[in-house]
Amino acid sequence: MSAETLVPDTTPTVAMIRTLGLISAICGLIIVGAYQFTYDAVQENKRIAVERGVFKVIPQARSIVEYFALPDGKLEKVGAGGTASAGSAANTGTASTGSLKFYAGYDDSGQLAGIAAEGAAKGYADYVRILFAFDPAKNSVSGFSVVSARETPGIGDKITKDKDFLANFPLEAKLSADATALAHEIKTVKHGSKTNPWEVDAISGATITSRAVGKAINETAQALLPRIAPHLDQMKEK
Amino acid sequence: MAQPTVNTWEEFMEGVWRQNPVFVMVLGMCPTLAVTVSAMNALSMGVATTFVLICSCALVSLTRRFTPKEVRIAVYIVIIATFVTAVDYAIQAISLALYDALGAFIQLIVVNCIILGRAEAHAAKNPPLPAMINAAGMGLGFTIGLLALGTVREIFGAGSLFGFTLFGEGFQPWVVMVLPPGGFFVLGSWLLLFAALERRKQRKLAEVQGAPKNV
Repeated sequence: MSAETLVPDTTPTVAMIRTLGLISAICGLIIVGAYQFTYDAVQENKRIAVERGVFKVIPQARSIVEYFALPDGKLEKVGAGGTASAGSAANTGTASTGSLKFYAGYDDSGQLAGIAAEGAAKGYADYVRILFAFDPAKNSVSGFSVVSARETPGIGDKITKDKDFLANFPLEAKLSADATALAHEIKTVKHGSKTNPWEVDAISGATITSRAVGKAINETAQALLPRIAPHLDQMKEK
Repeated sequence: MAQPTVNTWEEFMEGVWRQNPVFVMVLGMCPTLAVTVSAMNALSMGVATTFVLICSCALVSLTRRFTPKEVRIAVYIVIIATFVTAVDYAIQAISLALYDALGAFIQLIVVNCIILGRAEAHAAKNPPLPAMINAAGMGLGFTIGLLALGTVREIFGAGSLFGFTLFGEGFQPWVVMVLPPGGFFVLGSWLLLFAALERRKQRKLAEVQGAPKNV
């Protein structure tokens, strides 16, 4: 002890490495422990959050099946909504690039009630992430809910409350004749100038946020609907 | 301060009142301004920070004897980051809505200067128990500070408290309060209040001391 106080700058390298190693080992154990301990609850919470969102946009839905629409046109089913098995959990984490996730909602009698998918587009403050429902029977987008947004309270957040804006739905989303894209691009137009059923009438004063909603729906629908269309018949019943 | 026997209560109240991190030391302003849009967010942020503060101060204090001073900052950061990660998982497990509301500010607890400050200034020089008591006091002080902002901003900005509506239908929310400028307004008002109290206390003290001395 006294020797150390006499010559203060001779901390051996080994001592520093030893301390750092020991601390890192302890901290590693704590982090892994916390991760393991909370894993189930976190996964369950995420599943409930997704379900709640899907049930909100497809009110008739009673059960959900999660799918990936792969770039080659095939569909891949992810764990059947219930308890996530180890395999499906791995699936959820490692979706191959280019595949699009969507949810098929089924009603009481096991009939397809609607398809829900997430879309995102840049809004006024950050990306506006929404979940919207597509009604295959009517070829229209029946509604949407906000997953996350940082839009200005009282202005941009009107997209979920403004009556005129919500009257945009159902919004036409018909596929073109060759089924490779939408027949008409979904577009947000200035407040009061909506003339076609595939146009979104913007909220006056919140045009940028309104445009983000239209763009998010358009981008996802353009990519997803052509891939789903050939499989709709086999998806009709659960 | 310099006396060897540490008064536990004094140690605790240090952070709650005399050295309150928000109102007196004005530390950790980033989460203070950003997450205090509602009382619930403020409370959760305060509790999360307090947990990290107590745990990291305990570990820093336990390992203080064999931590060479050259690597002490690295050690503190690793310890603090560990507990922040644990809190991050815990909040995800408790409520995803809360996790989304607090956003990046949970991870940013790592760089909250209150915690690093406590580790360096107190925990590294004291045994675990006083270090934890001091950290608990600081944490409580920080939570109180956040709540002071959060309640005011929620009442004015949303007309509610902890999610319960306070006023009738006719209430028009004062939206600016839940926007970033509102944070500065409310913080400024609280600091003004505390500064005024402090000045009054000192004037009284000066009167009491000044009278017999006849300065």
